[in-house]
Amino acid sequence: MIAVDPRRTASAAWADLWLGIDVGTDIALANAVGREIIASGLHNESFIARATVGFDTYRAAVEPATLEWAAATTGVPAQAIRELAHAYAKAPRAQLCWTLGITEHHNATDNVLALINLALLTGHVGRYGSGLVPIRGQNNVQGGGDMGALPNKLPGFQDVADEDIRARFEAAWGAAIPPVPGWHLSAMFDAMERGDLRSLYVIGENPAQSEADGNRAQHLLGRLDHLVVQDIVMTRTAEMADVVLPAAAAWAESEGTFTSSERRVQLARKAVAPPGAARDDSDIVCRLAARLGRGFGSPRPEEVWNEVRMLSPIHAGMSYLRLENEGGLQWPCRDDQDPGSVFLHGRLWDDPPGGPPAPFTAVEHRPPLDALTDDFPIRLTTGRHIDSYNTGVQSSGYRSPNRRGGSIDVAPEDATMLSLREGEEVRVVSRRGDLVAPVGIDPGLRPGLAFMALHFPDDTDVNRLTLDVWDPKSGTAEFKATAIRIEKIGPVLA
Amino acid sequence: MDLRLIDASPALEERRAIDAVLGPPEHAWEGGIRSPEDGRIARGGRAAQRRRHLLLPALQAVQDEIGWISPGAMSYVCQRLSVPPAEAYGVADFYSLLALEAQGDIAVHLCDDIVCRNAGAEDLWRELANHSIGEGGPVVARHRSSCLGHCDQAPAAFVAGAGGYRRSVTAATLERIAEPMSAEAGSSAIAALGDPLLLRRVADRVAADLNGYVNTGGYEALRRAAALGPDIVLDIVHASGLVGRGGAAYPVGQKWLAVSSSFEELRFVVGNADESEPGAFKDRVLMESDPFAVLEGLTVAGFAVGAARGFVYVRGEYPLAEARLRSAIDQARQSGYLGDSVLGTGFSFDVEIRRGAGAYICGEETALINSIEGHRGEPRDKPPFPTTDGLFGKPTVVNNVETLAAVSALIAGNPAAVETKLYCISGAVQHPGVYEAPLGVTVRRLLTATGGVPGGGQPGAVLLGGAAGRFLETEQLDVPLGHRPPSLPVGSGAVVVFDDSTDFVEIMTRIAAFFRDESCGQCVPCRIGTVRQHEALSRLAAGSDEGMLLAEIGAVMRDASICGLGQLAFDAVESALELGLIGGRSDG
Repeated sequence: MIAVDPRRTASAAWADLWLGIDVGTDIALANAVGREIIASGLHNESFIARATVGFDTYRAAVEPATLEWAAATTGVPAQAIRELAHAYAKAPRAQLCWTLGITEHHNATDNVLALINLALLTGHVGRYGSGLVPIRGQNNVQGGGDMGALPNKLPGFQDVADEDIRARFEAAWGAAIPPVPGWHLSAMFDAMERGDLRSLYVIGENPAQSEADGNRAQHLLGRLDHLVVQDIVMTRTAEMADVVLPAAAAWAESEGTFTSSERRVQLARKAVAPPGAARDDSDIVCRLAARLGRGFGSPRPEEVWNEVRMLSPIHAGMSYLRLENEGGLQWPCRDDQDPGSVFLHGRLWDDPPGGPPAPFTAVEHRPPLDALTDDFPIRLTTGRHIDSYNTGVQSSGYRSPNRRGGSIDVAPEDATMLSLREGEEVRVVSRRGDLVAPVGIDPGLRPGLAFMALHFPDDTDVNRLTLDVWDPKSGTAEFKATAIRIEKIGPVLA
Repeated sequence: MDLRLIDASPALEERRAIDAVLGPPEHAWEGGIRSPEDGRIARGGRAAQRRRHLLLPALQAVQDEIGWISPGAMSYVCQRLSVPPAEAYGVADFYSLLALEAQGDIAVHLCDDIVCRNAGAEDLWRELANHSIGEGGPVVARHRSSCLGHCDQAPAAFVAGAGGYRRSVTAATLERIAEPMSAEAGSSAIAALGDPLLLRRVADRVAADLNGYVNTGGYEALRRAAALGPDIVLDIVHASGLVGRGGAAYPVGQKWLAVSSSFEELRFVVGNADESEPGAFKDRVLMESDPFAVLEGLTVAGFAVGAARGFVYVRGEYPLAEARLRSAIDQARQSGYLGDSVLGTGFSFDVEIRRGAGAYICGEETALINSIEGHRGEPRDKPPFPTTDGLFGKPTVVNNVETLAAVSALIAGNPAAVETKLYCISGAVQHPGVYEAPLGVTVRRLLTATGGVPGGGQPGAVLLGGAAGRFLETEQLDVPLGHRPPSLPVGSGAVVVFDDSTDFVEIMTRIAAFFRDESCGQCVPCRIGTVRQHEALSRLAAGSDEGMLLAEIGAVMRDASICGLGQLAFDAVESALELGLIGGRSDG
């Protein structure tokens, strides 16, 4: 295992080799790895020839990404980058696993494309033990996408702009579907700012505390004409709402399906009734529809699922009976006989390869937008602690012996230079806001790199500091790269 | 980084002791000096995790060096091995010979178990208050101990202190405990009913060095095995019907066949020398006086099943046995009986000693495996069994010391090895010691051989099989011992004899305390049940009728515990109740 992470995390401590990369230089590293693989003749020429397109353009694009250039750009020694390249290319099986360190950047999609290029270069995709593995933070991130909770997709990843597809859904639903993609979350806040979005119905999300540049997010939510929040607990966003709809927990109090990151749809049964006035999400939606004059009836979860199977071809073969008997199924699963698909891209190894060839996409390194200057000399990155979950809505109510609370973690060298003690309160300032937090000294950080967890918005609301500029392709904000300075509040000890 | 170390630094000698086990640190992440490059690159994280099995040896190195494990030393061990301090603390806290507080000049672990308490252990305990022995003598930290395996020379103590000071004290008195350097523990008496086989070299005391061993037929088994090849050795062991001598009576050949036929190429053999059953001390005697026989048996096992590495897990309270085994291993290496291409066969094999740290449960084979791997010695769920998923997840043979000695004798051409057995007889008999006799012998015959109860007459009671065994009815004294009914189960071969004057409520309360203290705490029936059993016996001592409750607790422990400790924790109490030794007919 080779770990690439600005910090030496607990996961990095398990690695054979850890590369302490500078925040926001992932593409520089990936391109240099690609160039080194090609330069050493370790790329999989037959796979590239049979299953991909765009290799020549890619090769030309990464040509300038020498080991020396990448070492200067990423901060990682050239020899270590070379080791990574050779180990990945020579391994009989290899996976690239990533999470928000890749995707919470202004160029998130390009970061992912840079990794896909490496898998195509080596053929480490679509077969046993290899692949591209985005690791999800929740059990049903994939399921949300499956069901069309994306601005430009209908259930089953079917394009909303496709007239034939729209027509099938319109026939089934008896309603017209707008052909224009909607807004993603980041775009919604821009629309609120412009005044184009005046009412908001929030289901199971706490944007008042989870959005980058939290001051702006709360300001815009407060200006809405009408805010409805449906959640299992009273979040900060719910406190701002005109109407709060108490919901059942998706785990244990409802019936339905989850989709894991390996595209496995799994059946979840209801075990207990929700407390008090809380109701199942689908029940709330159906009753709301009735009030709005559209009768959805009161379908059972299995009836809703069968509608999904009717309209989404990749789910068509997944009856409740099969999901139960077979312990879940991986889409695509197109009919009752289809065993499901272990490898999404297994087609690339078919002879001849099925479907369109996989494209290389040349991408360029672009540094984080919140630049480091003398006024803001420290790079702050954000993340999670093992004992807490997101904004703490679901975890702060429970005690944990491991919980350390919110802090601004700095390298021992920076603590010495700024004469900071562990636990001392300091002011953390970015171009957008500031906060006061206790100092944590972490040897997993190096000089110039600081870390804050996002779990404690009530005490140390890191999103007052972060930049809400988002990746135009994915809509994800750059939570991972903020320029800050640390100001001492207490007396300087001799 | 989520590994939060303790805010304490190791002293120089602690660091040295730990580095002697782990090697010097290579970079800041292992405890070296931090350089700018350490912020950019780290190597060997996974390799450090793979060295988790060195946690116990590293902690023991500190314990040996300074007499306890200081927070600074603990922190350094954790950093070196990338183990969270809470987890390392959990391991250290599991073992009774590891101290997390300073221990004075010496820590005295005084056995107050069922045999030693009838030999004056309680008086000695009172004399051993936590202060220095005599004028200017050592300052003592005293600890009550479960059986120390010197029941034939009771009372026994184990004494440890800084600078690697570890020794057993037999026929313990304050003076003998305080002696700065005593002679080796007094030798145990041995005897045989018929021709001795397992004890044949023990009697002559010639086998502690390799020449003496070879001159008395030693390494004949390995030579013959090398000539026959692994398959025929397996056949011989399997066809012989030899069963394990640790207590569970499992056929040795079945274990070996299962491991030898595995698809996994990496395999291990382990000698279980964690003899801890109260009343058992035969394995200690074998290791002290015929260590090569044990080592040879393990080597033959490795040869037969295709293992290149063996371990011997020696009880921490057996310093002499450990030293003799270490010496035997060194001599065997120098003479080509261990190492690359043993005896020119092409078969390479080496053995490493791992020392226990004070935990009865580690005699259970999966607990022993966990202990070697650097974890708390908690038994694993079975299946899978060690023969498929053993040490480091690989197929593993775990055999008892006496079993290995029997293997050496068997393969050397003595079929009698299958039928002979060692018995540890202690308590109220004229001549306590290790007796070799064929299976099928009766307890009465053994008692006669020991000269009987001092002063003559019938014993008040006989406990067969140690704390996990049962008290015998009078007519059972004449039932042959063996491995399966209608024979009486011989178990580990421990026979403890009590005279008429014994306070059996006190003995049973001590047995209950033993199980309470030695339960690993992992599974609820045992963790709670052994405590409740002890409480009920304490109330019974005050005259309360606890028979129903004891039976109910015992049934739950027997049915629901995950390992033999809990499953057998009620047996002795149950038999004592049935015999009327406690709770009614003969007791208040």
